[in-house]
Parts: sequence; C-alpha cells; structure tokens
Amino acid sequence: MIRPIATTRSATGVPTGRLAVWWVIASEIVIFGGLLGGYVMHRLGHPDWANQAANTNTWAGAFNTFVLLTSSLAAVLGHQAAEKGDGKKAANFLYLTCLGGLVFLIVKSIEWTTEIQHGMTITSNTFWSFYYTAAGLHGLHVIAGMVIMLFVAADAKKNKELQRVENIGIYWHFVDLVWIFLFPLLYIAK
Amino acid sequence: MSDHAHAEQSPGSAPHASHPPTNYVKIWAILCVLLVVSVLGPMLEIRVVTMVTAFGVAVVKAYLVATRFMHLNHEKKIVPYMLGTMLAIMALMIAAISPDVMKHEGTRWENTAAKESVKRGMLLHPGAHHDEKAPAGDHAAPVPPAPTAPAPAEPAKH
Repeated sequence: MIRPIATTRSATGVPTGRLAVWWVIASEIVIFGGLLGGYVMHRLGHPDWANQAANTNTWAGAFNTFVLLTSSLAAVLGHQAAEKGDGKKAANFLYLTCLGGLVFLIVKSIEWTTEIQHGMTITSNTFWSFYYTAAGLHGLHVIAGMVIMLFVAADAKKNKELQRVENIGIYWHFVDLVWIFLFPLLYIAK
Repeated sequence: MSDHAHAEQSPGSAPHASHPPTNYVKIWAILCVLLVVSVLGPMLEIRVVTMVTAFGVAVVKAYLVATRFMHLNHEKKIVPYMLGTMLAIMALMIAAISPDVMKHEGTRWENTAAKESVKRGMLLHPGAHHDEKAPAGDHAAPVPPAPTAPAPAEPAKH
C-alpha cells in the first residue's frame, strides 16, 4: 500500500500533515490580523463607534467564549485519547467539539437576527461592517472546522488516521484563539 | 535524522505521545475564570481596568491556549519562528499604515471624509460627549444606529 506523503515524509522534524496545518494557521494570522488590525485602527480614529459597539450583546459573546473554550477542551482530550490509541474515545470527543461549534453558531444566529431586526445591518455603519465581516469570517471557519472534524472522527472511530485528530485540534484551537481576541474587541470595548 | 524518524507516522497508528502530561481540565478552569474576569472587570468602567481585564487577560488566555492546548511550546522551533514571522509582518503593515488610518489630518493633508464621518456619528448620538482626539472605548448610552437615509430616487427616463 502506498503511504501518503503527509504521513511518511518530513524535512523539518514536524510531520508534514501537522506542518501543513501550521502553514494554514500562519496564513490565517495574516487574514485575521489584517482584519482585526484594520478594525482597531479605525476604531481608534472613530470614537463615535463606541455608540454602535454599545449595542452588542456582551452576555451572548461571553457565553459563546465559554462554549468555544469548552469545545477546545474536548478537542484536546480527543487528541490525548488518540495518543493512547483509543480511536473511539477520540471520535466521541471530536463529536462533542462539533456540538460546541453548533451551539456557538446557533447563539450567533440568534444574536445576528436580533441585531438585524433592530436595524443594525452590515451597511448601517462601518462598525457593523467590521462586526459582521469579522464575526462572519470567524463563523465560516467554525463551520469548516466542524465539517473536517466529522470526517476525521469517522476515521478515528475505526482507529484509522489517528494523527489527524491532533491536526484538526490545532486548527480548532486557533479558531478559539481568534475569538478570544474578537470578544473584547467587539463586545467589551464600549 | 532522528527528527525525521520521530516525525514519521504510519496511518492508523497512534501518534507519538510527545507532549508532557497536562491537566487539561485545570487549564480550561483557569480559562473560564479569566473569562469571568474579562467580563466583570470592564463593568467597573475604569479605563485602565478595562484595558487590563479585557485585552491583557485576552493575551493571557491566548498564551494558555497556544502553549497548553496547541502545544506550541513543545513544537519544533521552526513552527514558532514561522508564526512569529507572520505576526511581525502584520505588525509592520499596521505600523506603516496606522498614521493614515488613525489620524485625520497632518501638516499638509486632511482626511475630510473621515472627519465628516466622525462628525455625523456624533450628531446622530447627541448624548455622547466625545471629541475626535478622545480614545475609543468611552461609555455611552446604548442607542440604536440611525437608519441609513435612502438615496434619492432617480427620475425615470423614458
């Protein structure tokens, strides 16, 4: 059987599959860094945005932070189970992580519905343009992570490709990490 | 060469347990406590406390996630260097363009559009007392944004 290059070759000492995830994260740093950096600069230049930021729901943001932190715990426990060779347990933790992502998205959609119903749309003010773009892009990353995780979990359940549990976990922690900065920027600074 | 051997993983086999045993639940509990601090701290409405509890605590939380959950501190040096380079590039870009974005006037230039935008924002919310040079993050009564004025309808052309 031909073994995939991602699991058999490494020029850096880091398994190629995992290194690829780190490269994805490196490019994500530029994407989210540019977006958040742009937001911070504009926010400091537009003190009037504080009036708009006052409308974001801090408690919903805090709850979602708690949900993502908890889902990250499930992801790392899945990695720990994979290291012990327990694929079934690893898969179950990945399903739990996905559940966290789902709860996060449900809360976010309720939040957005309320805000849009109150006239706070992506075009009503540049603050809201940043808000929907940053949170929306982050939400898309949550969805992508969940989809990939379901595939990884399906294999892990059969004790196959267990190294991927760590790889998707690293990605998920990064998504959590982005939210850790989005939360104070969009919900706390008022 | 030993690095290469260590890095190889056969599909289906359990990955190497290369990370020291960590009490992940304890790390999660610390992160939750930090979350509570970051929510309650800004309620005191003291600017310095808000900065420390919201943004300072966010940095600590990010550090914990990166080192304990992502195991970045146990990864080969190339990875932190790689990520650090990206952060440095971002910092360079932000430092280079921030004067143009954050300031609305200079010795020989003036960003009238940005100034107008701030003025409009202030006029829409007369309850808020900000001057343009005041730092963001001052507190204001929550007020919904004014609806965007519809563009005047163009006369139909026949």
